[in-house]
Amino acid sequence: MDRTVPGAAKTGRTHAILRFLRPDGTAIGGLPGFASDRKEMAALYRLMVLTRSFDEQAIALQRTGRLGTYASSLGQEAVAVGAAAAMRPDDILLPTFREHGAQIARGVTLTELFLFWGGDERGSDFAGPREDFPVNIPVASHIPHAVGAALAFKMRKERRAALCIFGDGATSKGDFYEALNVAGVWQVPCVFVISNNQWAISVPRAVQTRSDTLAIKGIAVGIQGVQVDGNDAVAVREVVGEALEKARHDHEPSLIEAVTYRLGDHTTVDDASRYRDDAEVGKHWKEEPIARLRAFLTAEHGWSKDEEEDLLTEIREQVEAAVEAYLATDAQEPAAMFDHLHASLPPALAGQRAELAGKDGGDG
Amino acid sequence: MAELTMVEALNLALARAMADDETVLVLGEDIGRDGGVFRVTDGLIDRFGPERVRDTPLAEAMIAGVSVGLAAQHMRPVAEIQFMGFLYPAIDQLVNHASRLRTRTRGRLTCPMVLRAPFGGGIHAPEHHSESMEAMLAHIPGLRLVIPSSPARAYGLLLAAIRDSDPVVFLEPKRLYRAPREEVFDSGEALPLDQPFVLREGDNVTLVTWGAMLKETLEAAERLAAAGAECTVIDVATLKPLEMAPILESVGRTGRCVIIHEAPLTGGFGGEIAARLADQGLLGLLAPVTRVAGYDAVMPLPRLEEHYMPSVDRIVTAVERVMSFG
Repeated sequence: MDRTVPGAAKTGRTHAILRFLRPDGTAIGGLPGFASDRKEMAALYRLMVLTRSFDEQAIALQRTGRLGTYASSLGQEAVAVGAAAAMRPDDILLPTFREHGAQIARGVTLTELFLFWGGDERGSDFAGPREDFPVNIPVASHIPHAVGAALAFKMRKERRAALCIFGDGATSKGDFYEALNVAGVWQVPCVFVISNNQWAISVPRAVQTRSDTLAIKGIAVGIQGVQVDGNDAVAVREVVGEALEKARHDHEPSLIEAVTYRLGDHTTVDDASRYRDDAEVGKHWKEEPIARLRAFLTAEHGWSKDEEEDLLTEIREQVEAAVEAYLATDAQEPAAMFDHLHASLPPALAGQRAELAGKDGGDG
Repeated sequence: MAELTMVEALNLALARAMADDETVLVLGEDIGRDGGVFRVTDGLIDRFGPERVRDTPLAEAMIAGVSVGLAAQHMRPVAEIQFMGFLYPAIDQLVNHASRLRTRTRGRLTCPMVLRAPFGGGIHAPEHHSESMEAMLAHIPGLRLVIPSSPARAYGLLLAAIRDSDPVVFLEPKRLYRAPREEVFDSGEALPLDQPFVLREGDNVTLVTWGAMLKETLEAAERLAAAGAECTVIDVATLKPLEMAPILESVGRTGRCVIIHEAPLTGGFGGEIAARLADQGLLGLLAPVTRVAGYDAVMPLPRLEEHYMPSVDRIVTAVERVMSFG
């Protein structure tokens, strides 16, 4: 593992960036055990390719008026997939809006994701990970939820952990500090993962904070912070896995800064060329996570061209089937907006629901 | 049966809920060893321990956000915000999460939490400790807003709020915390939510109010009765969702309605009740629907607060005015 600290002498930095795979996919050495398991590595790779394929399809659907505003995860697949791959089924995920890969790895279906981004609440009624939180949009506001859920695990003496993912911009918010602080005080089984993609819409990392790294923001609240190469799926999985173990067994929370790069626009209504040089993006394409893992698979596990082609075909079919299922799903009945407002509809609201249902409900 | 203050009744309800259901926990600033600044959680830490009676760091948005996470994981947190004036950072969590978690997951995740906060003026508290901003909370779909007005109703409504499967903001009129006392039986029985309480029956005017203004409203009703005007007094209790049936029924009979609240007039919740009466009860009205409310001024510091709070005199004058019609 590479633990070099760039500019350490100058900055006095105490945190190294952890990495197992160089950008060209060659291994640095001391690989974790799972990296030698061909099946497991192929599964990790498959989830990342599936995530990117879903992403491409979502943008295509949005451009043709068949999906709402969508946030691409292009270039960040290793953070989301690597983190979720380290989870156990009964851990819970609290994702933000750019962690499709984590949700897919957790068993959220592509059809459910399309439904959510297509404007249908049923997309957050996951058939698979029933206790995972829905996608969080108000930045950082879900971080305290992770602490609350983790506290519930600890109080019930369950060996489970909450994994919360958010972006670099979220670390400027009070919710981040407040949640991290109380997680430190209470020692709850919670892992906080910053997917630092360098840009909060148009605001670059350097304008977000003068802090040397985002990981060191844990120091003030007594939580260990580590920086990991977020484009190295092996490193993300290993670091998050270790943190989850510490959470489940010792109730020790962790902060992980996964350093990655947003290769796409913020969302489909954004145009990053207004504020970001193409040259910078081009430079980061050379470090992107999928080519890196493919090179590793090819060199270390003899991943063949045939296997690659079979995988792409299988994924194309899976995504197309999900698109079909999504497009064939009718909208809910209008009155459905009242159906889960409360456990049972208060009589005071019966009239409004009846009006939507096309019945004479009067006022109410 | 014991004569209890509202603080004691709330404490009794919390203890009862915690004894009945091990998923209930209380959390907030100074609620542990100190028993809360108003002593509502007094002694709970000795009985239930620091895990379930949990002092938090000083961060209101966090208190609400952690409660959402606990509730989504099948716990029943009862969070205390020390004063309503410090509740505003928590509104993000109420609007964006607590109130909509059930809806946005189609019932997969739910949020059975209670957020308690003392509110209102009249105890000569420092700046930011006396406002009545309930209307902004009543605007949030998916959130219940409950305000008790006596020790017995505080006991029964808090039990109901804790047992409810959805989020409830429970605003406690702190002017009524220590007086009057009322007999409260620790029956473990909850009062119904979403249901106004008719506290006095009279055929001439309907007085609609909630929280601490019940005191002045009932006094006004006494004084008016002595002068020959009989008032019905309704305690709305659950502001959201608003059940209008008892109010409409009463105003249909009296033809006259005065709504009283401590909160500022404009945008106050009295406007909602007046609008519903205009919409659904206009033909039964004999006089304009009138509001007696706090002024559209910033809540003054203690030297002027008695001039801000609606008085018995102002209520009586309003009733005399509506009685002068027809």
